[in-house]
Amino acid sequence: MLAVFRDLLRYDGRFRVASLFLMLTLLLAALAWFSPYPPTRTFMTPQDLPPSLEHPFGTNSRGQDLLWWMAFAVRNSLILGVITAVVSRLIAIFVGLVSGYRGGFIDRALMSANDSFVVLPVLPILVLLSFLLQGQLSLVTLALLLGLFGWPWDARLIRAQVLSLKERAFTRTAVYSGTPPLLLTLREHLPFVLPVVFATTINNMLWSIGMEVTLSVLGLSDVTVPTIGTTIFWANQHQALVAGVWWWLAAPILVAVVLFLGLYLLFSSVNEFIDPRTRLRRIGA
Amino acid sequence: MRKFVLNYLVPRIAQYILVIFLGVTLTFIIPRLSPNDPVERQVSQLMMSGSHVSPEAIIAMREALTEMYGLSGSVWEQYLAFWGRLLRGDLGPSLSSFPTPVIQLLATAMPWTFGLLIPAILISWIVGNVLGAIAGYYENNRAIQIVDILSQAIRPIPYYIVALVMLAVFAYWIPIFPFSGAYPPGTRVEFSWSFAWTVLRHSILPLLSLILLGVGGWFVGMKSLTSNIISEDYVVYAEVTGLPKKRILSQYIIPNAMLPQITGLALQLGLIFSGALIMEVVFGYPGMGTLTFQAVMANDYTLIMGITLLSIIGVATAVLILDLIYPLFDPRVRHQ
Repeated sequence: MLAVFRDLLRYDGRFRVASLFLMLTLLLAALAWFSPYPPTRTFMTPQDLPPSLEHPFGTNSRGQDLLWWMAFAVRNSLILGVITAVVSRLIAIFVGLVSGYRGGFIDRALMSANDSFVVLPVLPILVLLSFLLQGQLSLVTLALLLGLFGWPWDARLIRAQVLSLKERAFTRTAVYSGTPPLLLTLREHLPFVLPVVFATTINNMLWSIGMEVTLSVLGLSDVTVPTIGTTIFWANQHQALVAGVWWWLAAPILVAVVLFLGLYLLFSSVNEFIDPRTRLRRIGA
Repeated sequence: MRKFVLNYLVPRIAQYILVIFLGVTLTFIIPRLSPNDPVERQVSQLMMSGSHVSPEAIIAMREALTEMYGLSGSVWEQYLAFWGRLLRGDLGPSLSSFPTPVIQLLATAMPWTFGLLIPAILISWIVGNVLGAIAGYYENNRAIQIVDILSQAIRPIPYYIVALVMLAVFAYWIPIFPFSGAYPPGTRVEFSWSFAWTVLRHSILPLLSLILLGVGGWFVGMKSLTSNIISEDYVVYAEVTGLPKKRILSQYIIPNAMLPQITGLALQLGLIFSGALIMEVVFGYPGMGTLTFQAVMANDYTLIMGITLLSIIGVATAVLILDLIYPLFDPRVRHQ
């Protein structure tokens, strides 16, 4: 594992940039534990101060230092991404492994449920849901909901992998030596599937954090909890651009760009590392 | 032919019906699981508005609203009635602009959304695929490598942020494009050259923002598909026979690499409703997205229900249509 990490750092420029960006983001998120006051408190600092040495991101019209606020925001956005990823990974792995290994009727039933979920428009359904909950949609609930919608693409990918693993000799050996199906999929197939799961996890986080931004910007989530999306919501509420408080919007945009580019570069670097064809072409074989 | 119908058409139509059944059932269940009762909310909203209402009137209103929301009778009866109304195309009256039917509001908003998003999606698809194929085939070209890096740098950023930055730069900082709307307020909607020109000018910025973000995904996909195909025997053979490179790309590589991208296009068309939401709110465009936003702001329950249902049916239908014309592009499906 460490050797892989070292090699990627040495040979892949994207991985280097991704590590740097994600380090910065995690550092900012870690700052949340050192904040001198909780994010719910307002008027702790003078209002509308532009970025300076004392307030690197400036302060907003609600009298909050944007550095501390953004620390909470990034931490919460990341928590949302992780919860969604865990929930949707569990479903995707289960559906993918079972569907691929069992085949037949179970496969067809699971895959047609899968395809239905691919097509269902998530955003309108989430808008309806959060409308009905009227701001009671907590961060964790939203994360769980996104998890329930975020699995079908990856389940299909995992199933495709299992289908090819099923034809390999070691599967037959395992079956003939009497390994029960559950143990076989968990012990023999899961390890092969995990790299793909890891790559899609990053992609899934990009998706869920982006979804949260969309919903929050419209004021459809719990706007009292700081996230990247709710920061933009508050800036819009106070008409930051018109009032000339541009740094209130610049802070979340900057943080989001660093976070999203970091995750995306990590995703494409890992994805390429997993796929031996592209790796071989890179070294010119 | 019989085999084609049985193996290709029947499963797809069955899938279509399943998606719609699932989506509509979900839309039926979700409000009933929610702790907030739309009827009670409506009643309390009216009472809070300060007007004096007699208790009898409130009871009568509660009954009328229960009837209108389709909340009377057992759950099973409600479910059947829900389907019945949907099949008749009756989505009820909008609550915020009572008594205009929801379906009429949707019909006014839809042409704006479709008129902007369908060109945006098609242009991104074509540009992304052509550039991606070129990038996959001419791997060492400097210009295309720069396009690669740029498109990948923009791609992961949430649409809202891209749109906001574009709006700030091109309408606020360097005001060459109008700030918002599909036409200046007060203009009469008519068919004339000058009006068409105004609409076009207003659509450039939203269109560009959608394309800018849309191209990246197709680009990556097509690039990797192409680089897998160039090592296939028939491409190597074409190269050995000395065919011009352009011809190999346009006649050997693109038609084969394109197939998965067509399926992707179907799903992308399906995302019209989601794509529209943020774009229209940012650019103040008078389509379905803005309608959704207004419905949320005005607590218009029937309108939101209508939009959700319509988007589920719309997406499923778009996917079905593309599935049905897919055999035109892939002879293997036709001749199974």
